[in-house]
Amino acid sequence: MSSQEPSPAPTPLPPFNPAEAGKFFFRHGHTGWLGLRYHDHGENWVELELPWREDLLGEPDRAVLASGPIVSLMDMASGMAIWQTRTVFVPIATLDLRVDYQRPARARAPVFGRVECYRTTRSAAFVRGIAHDGDRDDPVAHVAGVFMTIASDPRSKSRTQAE
Amino acid sequence: MTKTALQLPAYARSLGIALDHFEEGVPVLAVDFGPNVEGRPGAFHGGATAGLLENAGYAALRHRLISVGRHPQLKPINITVQYLSAGKQKRAFALARITRLGRRIANVTVEAWQDRRERPIATAVMNILMADPEPSAPEPSEGTA
Repeated sequence: MSSQEPSPAPTPLPPFNPAEAGKFFFRHGHTGWLGLRYHDHGENWVELELPWREDLLGEPDRAVLASGPIVSLMDMASGMAIWQTRTVFVPIATLDLRVDYQRPARARAPVFGRVECYRTTRSAAFVRGIAHDGDRDDPVAHVAGVFMTIASDPRSKSRTQAE
Repeated sequence: MTKTALQLPAYARSLGIALDHFEEGVPVLAVDFGPNVEGRPGAFHGGATAGLLENAGYAALRHRLISVGRHPQLKPINITVQYLSAGKQKRAFALARITRLGRRIANVTVEAWQDRRERPIATAVMNILMADPEPSAPEPSEGTA
């Protein structure tokens, strides 16, 4: 995605609330199809839950969750962690997302995606996090990603900038 | 794996990913735009795009392995996805190239595109572990070889 300098005019938007936003985000679309749920959050992190589903298996002969849904879980948790950190919703796009799989998730267990936004600049946000199935000290996967603020049409009004 | 050369996992089928065609012996997978893959209104969710890329990577690798008589268990090591432009409300395709096929590790690069092949919407690099099937694992009951 190309990045551009943010336009100045701040728009008063309500503060981002992960629990409330989840109710809206997870009602439809890809994350709704996956059945994602809000689980927890802190100042600069959000944790979502991916419930177990038989039709998300990645192999024909083993009860192992596919890796794709974990990417979706972490991508969404990343976005919400960024909005939580910036305190406001801004349109963003994933630029780069890396997932290192540590081990298969336990069968019939939900997977939690916990992502923190550790740095924001005017146009970029950097995240890292883990996917786990109950024990955060024994993650299923580690993730790292970079997201970009989607440049708005300069003719339209812009969004609040955190910095 | 059975005699069916290309069996997509439940996740792929459930999301709507299917084999589109073969290109020089490599499977091209595709998924239509729809609610299942929608993120931002009118655009693919990054996770769905990653799912398409990842499945194309596995499909290409599995297909190649079958052709050389190897039937290992495939385990993901990692994936790095680069998002190049938003996936629009159109069918998306993905094709993988096996950059290196070793004894234990395969390195696979994948590209996804919509209208124009030369303008990919996302690319991925995957490392995949090819493990010997676990002897203790129960035989799959479905699909006889």
